[in-house]
Amino acid sequence: MTFINYASREINCKIVYYGPGLCGKTTNIQWIFEQANPEKRGKLVSLATETDRTLFFDFLPLDMGTVKGFKVRFHLYTVPGQVFYDASRKLILRGCDGMIFVADSQRPRMEANIESIANLATNLKENGFDIRTIPYVLQLNKRDMPTAATVDEMERLLRFRNEPMIAAVANQGTGVIETLKACARQILMELQKS
Amino acid sequence: MAKLDLVMFEEEYKLLQEIISRLQADSSSKVVFLVDKNGQQIAAAGDVRSIDATSLASLTAGNVAATDGLAKLIGEKEFTLLFHEGEKDNLHISIVGKRGILVVIFDMNSSLALVRLRVKKASRDLQEIFEKVEQRAQSTAGDSNFESPFSEITDEDIDKLFGD
Repeated sequence: MTFINYASREINCKIVYYGPGLCGKTTNIQWIFEQANPEKRGKLVSLATETDRTLFFDFLPLDMGTVKGFKVRFHLYTVPGQVFYDASRKLILRGCDGMIFVADSQRPRMEANIESIANLATNLKENGFDIRTIPYVLQLNKRDMPTAATVDEMERLLRFRNEPMIAAVANQGTGVIETLKACARQILMELQKS
Repeated sequence: MAKLDLVMFEEEYKLLQEIISRLQADSSSKVVFLVDKNGQQIAAAGDVRSIDATSLASLTAGNVAATDGLAKLIGEKEFTLLFHEGEKDNLHISIVGKRGILVVIFDMNSSLALVRLRVKKASRDLQEIFEKVEQRAQSTAGDSNFESPFSEITDEDIDKLFGD
């Protein structure tokens, strides 16, 4: 649910990174945080366990510049990937404008990817969204891993609506901005329609 | 989109701002924030520069969402009030209507009783404005004469945001 403020001429959009545990959701937004102009980024808030696993969410506000005289601000969130945090995951999807699914390319994690997409579909539905229509990007992360499945194989297993699919190595920054941009594009195009 | 966007026009925004400024003065509190349930800050009054408002909005919404989840687990619809007591500063969080959260930060210059009393009155006023905002969003959504400034967003505009 985009927040459009005509008084302060601002648009705020919420983008959520989803995916199985340890797929690189936090790494994506950490990389964006490190690369972003300090004047344009807010604080990176991480609610994590002592072992640095996401407990509730990570949050990064980003000022992107202006479109049609309105300041565009993205609020990036990650969900906790571990299966037993499902109740928290559901809450973070509230009012989201776009989803980025971060898939782990390592072959042994393929089942976890598939389960996580199914879980996303259920949780989106409970929040009143449809996974087939919400702005959505599929990121194939960890392309540099020796056990990575081929792109074709992952496409066959995980891509279901002709969504943008981006190969990435998030800890090196490869594909990170492209992924965010692909999601932002869809959200702003939705604004055009509504 | 699944739900109507929250669209705030100048007129309603001014009214919201007036109400929370009054609340901040009447309750002798330090800062008052009005936040939306999805974690976006709507308006603020008081010494706002002393606080990272964006993080505050997002964490408050997370806090309220988690408490909502707890309420449902024990069979309650929601908990409409959260209170956090600190050594110097206290945080009073309350739900306004369907989508608003009111956050009042106060110290020993005020009291919980005073804050609660003033919040009650302000919440009623805020709720009225929220209803107006919603009505306006619904009527503009169906109004073919209303031209959204975003109807002509181009690929070029989006590329510019990313510095391409």
